[in-house]
This record gives sequence, structure tokens and C-alpha cells, in this order.
Amino acid sequence: MAALGRPHPALVAGKYLALAAYVAFALFPLYWLVKIAVTPDRLIYSEGTRYWPSAATWDNFREVLGSDFLRFFGNSVIVSLSTAAITAVIAAGGGYAFSRFDFRGKRLVSALLLLTQMFPLLIIIAPIYRIVASLGLLNTLPSLIVTYTAFNIPFALFLMQSFFDGIPKDLEEAAMIDGCTRMQALRKVILPLTLPGLGATLGFVFTAAWSEILFALMLIRKEESMTFPVGLLNFVSKFSVDWGQMMAAGVLALVPSCLFFAFIQRYLVQGLTSGAVKG
Amino acid sequence: MSAALTDTPGGTRGRLSRAYLGMVAEPWLYLLPSLLLIGGVMLLPLAIGLGYAFQEFNLLRPGAAKWVGLDNFQDLWADPQFWRALRNTLVWTGASVTLQFAGGLGLALLLNTRFHGKKLVQALVFLPWAVPTFLTALTFSWLLNPVIGPVPYWLSGLGLIEEPYNILGNPDTALWGPILANVWYGVPFFAITLLAALSAIPSELYEAAEIDGASGWQSFTKITLPFLAPMIVITVMLRTIWIANFADLIYVMTGGGPANSTQILSSYIFTTAFKRLDFGHASAIAVVLLALLMIYAAILLAVRSRLVRR
Repeated sequence: MAALGRPHPALVAGKYLALAAYVAFALFPLYWLVKIAVTPDRLIYSEGTRYWPSAATWDNFREVLGSDFLRFFGNSVIVSLSTAAITAVIAAGGGYAFSRFDFRGKRLVSALLLLTQMFPLLIIIAPIYRIVASLGLLNTLPSLIVTYTAFNIPFALFLMQSFFDGIPKDLEEAAMIDGCTRMQALRKVILPLTLPGLGATLGFVFTAAWSEILFALMLIRKEESMTFPVGLLNFVSKFSVDWGQMMAAGVLALVPSCLFFAFIQRYLVQGLTSGAVKG
Repeated sequence: MSAALTDTPGGTRGRLSRAYLGMVAEPWLYLLPSLLLIGGVMLLPLAIGLGYAFQEFNLLRPGAAKWVGLDNFQDLWADPQFWRALRNTLVWTGASVTLQFAGGLGLALLLNTRFHGKKLVQALVFLPWAVPTFLTALTFSWLLNPVIGPVPYWLSGLGLIEEPYNILGNPDTALWGPILANVWYGVPFFAITLLAALSAIPSELYEAAEIDGASGWQSFTKITLPFLAPMIVITVMLRTIWIANFADLIYVMTGGGPANSTQILSSYIFTTAFKRLDFGHASAIAVVLLALLMIYAAILLAVRSRLVRR
């Protein structure tokens, strides 16, 4: 709705007011998280609901970094990065097949991929637990990596397909006519053009794996292999009065997500509309 | 074809068909890892999970699983917690989708206009989407806690509650805590999707309407909404399914309590599988949820095909 003519000043003021309200709604909970995280322990009860703390401290962060959270953080980084990397590679192959080939069964495969996005994922939590247990892989990070990879492939595949669709087919055909094999054409011509798409896929999958909690709760019950969400939840149920430390841990969990968000922001619209299925 | 059969191997015909076979196989080769993983980790367990719904299968009670037909479903029928969860699922999904949609549409319409600092505003209002769900859940349960959160004081200031207490602790109001968190988390998604659809509407339409003397409200109802309608239907459908299946916020914020007052079907599946290790019952609930969602999707798709035809 491009503004044609001169809108009424009251309308303009209303618009900026509404935008400010949205920004405040989006940021206030995060501000509060950070605020409590830097409030010194002795002030939490007296100033818990003040909007601006009278003193700030890094103590909570220091204590969190000296605790088990560092290990949880490491486990989550391993799981999320491995999931993102493996998913991106596998989905790139699938997306390429979907973008460049017309083959019998394509509609069926694409229907199957859509199906995986529609059914309640919790239906498979019990069978997955059984399978993982019978393979002796309970409480191991690889069990999470394989599960998350499979969960994220359909969405990542559609996303990669949309990126490949944006690269003209003539480019690799020209390279192949000039004597390249398909693999060479892919490596020298297509791959460099796909890097932003691969980056976006990595970002989306990393964010998804970083925040998954239900399957992690089910498959990991030993402290040494807990991921960050499971560890934090465990901490919350055990020490539900140590607000400062919990929130400091929360702020730390936010950091990687924000970094990846800053990175994938440009691709949000394309990503969410191409798959159109993922939260 | 018969000629190909009599040809000697290595003849032109044989080489051609090998090349043809290679061409047919090539896309499948690239798809193979994806298909293997999805088949092994999602579709096979899905089939097994559907089977569990018809078995007596509890890890806490030793003994092999045995087929019991529809017993699990009969138990559900008599289970008041199940009916409570079903009602809560409707409230949770209906309220979340409606509020997310209203908030998202408003935001998308605002972002589709020109204003100063648009890039920054867009990044800030989309940020909640990137916050891990467990953290969203914890943050909101802290905000709702009168010891360290301001929300109870706002609510009592507005006269919505008599004194600042934690609404998560009251069975009558607890479900609204996760709904609030879900709205915060989900508005950006709707805004992003609707924004993409909005920017696809040709601006000539608005110009023509303006020349013909249409008011802003008229061009909104006569141009914007009809153009968005098919997109809105499909997004709302996918979102509804996704939210009905979305148990994380409720599990982390209330665990289904107090007194099961916030249990929805999907969180009930999770607690039944995770805490009680009763896989038979968990799967039966999941099958009911799946059936309900399929009926819902079928209705919405029928509505959509009528909208598109018009």
C-alpha cells in the first residue's frame, strides 16, 4: 500500500506509535531477561520488579561459566553444528535433484516430504526411543544429531531447491558444453553461487537444532551428554530460586541464536515462504 | 522393445539404454541420502508408532507388547484428562492462531509502508522468532512470576486480577501464560509470510482504485484482502496444525499443570510417553490428534479451492 498523496499527520503519528508498540512488545521480555541476569543476588528480592536495576554485576555470568553449563553449551554446539552441516550437504543434493531434473516419482517424493511436516512429530517419539535404545545409543549425542538431521531435511531440501531454482540452468549447461563433467560444473560454477543459500540453510537448521527440547529430554538423561535446553530445564527444576544464574544462562543460550539470526535475516522471507511449513 | 532384447550387449541399443538408465538414476542418487534418513528416522517410526496405538505397551510394566485392538482408544474415551486436553487444545490453538494472525497482519501492513529506520525496526520485531522456544517459555514464566516479573502488577493494575499473583499457578488462568508466550513467538512468522504476499500485489491496482476515488478502507477490503485470501487460508492451516502439535511452551512453562489444567493433546502425548513410559496410550492420543488435524486440513483445503475458483 504505497502511500499516495499526503497522509494525515495524525495517521502518520499513529503509524509510528503502532510500530513503537510492536518493537516494545518484541524487546521487553528480552530486556527483562538481561536485566535480571545482571542484577546482583542481594538485590533480586528487593528490586525484582524494578524497571532499571540500581547496580549491575557480571557475577551471575561468571558463576554460570564456571559450572556444568559450559559442558551443556559445548554439547549443544556440537549437536547443532553437526546437524546443520550434515543437513545442508544432504539437502543440497536433494534440492539439486528437485531443481534440475524431471523424473518419475517426483510428485510422490515431494508429497512424502510434505507429509513429514504435517503429522504430529510426537507420534514418533516412542518408536525413536525404542530404536535408539535397541541400538545402545541412548544418552549419546550422535542419536540426537541423526534425529535432528532427518527432521530438518524436508524443509532444508525445499529451501535449497528454491536457491537452485534461482540459478540459471544455462550456466552449468554452458560449462558442460565447454567440456566440464557435471561434477566439475557443479564445483566451479554452481557451488560459488549457492554459498549464500547454503549459509541460510545452515542458519535455519542450526537455530532449529539449538532450540529442540522434547526429543533431547527423551533421549538424553545423563548429565554429561545433556544439551543446553535440557541442562537449563534441569537446573530450573533443581534450583528454582537462583534467578540471576538461570537468566544469565538464558542470555548465553540466546547469543548463538542472535548471531545466526543476524546472518539469516536477509533470507527470512524466502526461507519461510519456500517451505512455508516451518516455524 | 523386442529388438533391444535380442541385441547383443554392448551394441548401440545396449549402450543407449545404459545411458538412459544413468539419466533416470542420477536424480535418485542425489536424493538417496535424504530419502534414507527420512524413511528410517521418520516414516518407519511413524508406521511403528501407529502400530503402538493398538498395543498394550508400557516400558514400566515388563512383558512383551501385545495387540489389544481398540482398547487404548476405549480407555481414552473414559479418560477425563483426555477430554480436558482436547478442550484445551481447541482453546490453545484457536486463541494462539487468532492473536498471532491479527498481530502479524497488523505488523505486515505497517512494514509494507514506507518509514524511517525500516531495516532496524524489521530486524527488531522479527527477533522473537529466533529466540529458542525453551528460552521463550522460561522468560515468560519468569515475567509472570510476581517475585521477579512485572506482568502480575500490570494485570492487577488493569483490574484483570485482584492482587498480583502468578496466573500460571491458577488452573482457571494458567493456559493464558503459554498462549501469551506463543503470540510473542509467532507474530513474526505471520508477519513475514503475509509481508511476502503483500509485496506481490501489483501497485497499479491501488493507483487505479485511488483514481476511481476509493477510500483506504475500500482498497483494503476490495484489493488487499481478496489477494491475500488464498495465502491466508494456507498459512493459517499450516500454522494451526503446527501450533496444535507444539508442546514445548506448555511443557516448559507449566508441565501441563496445575492439576492438568493446561495439558493439551500434544503435551499429554509427551508426558504419557516421557514420564509414564506408556507408549501404547501415548500413541493412541497421537492417532486421535492426527485424525482431527486431517479432518481440519480437508475442510480448509475445500474452502480454499472455492476461494481460488471465485
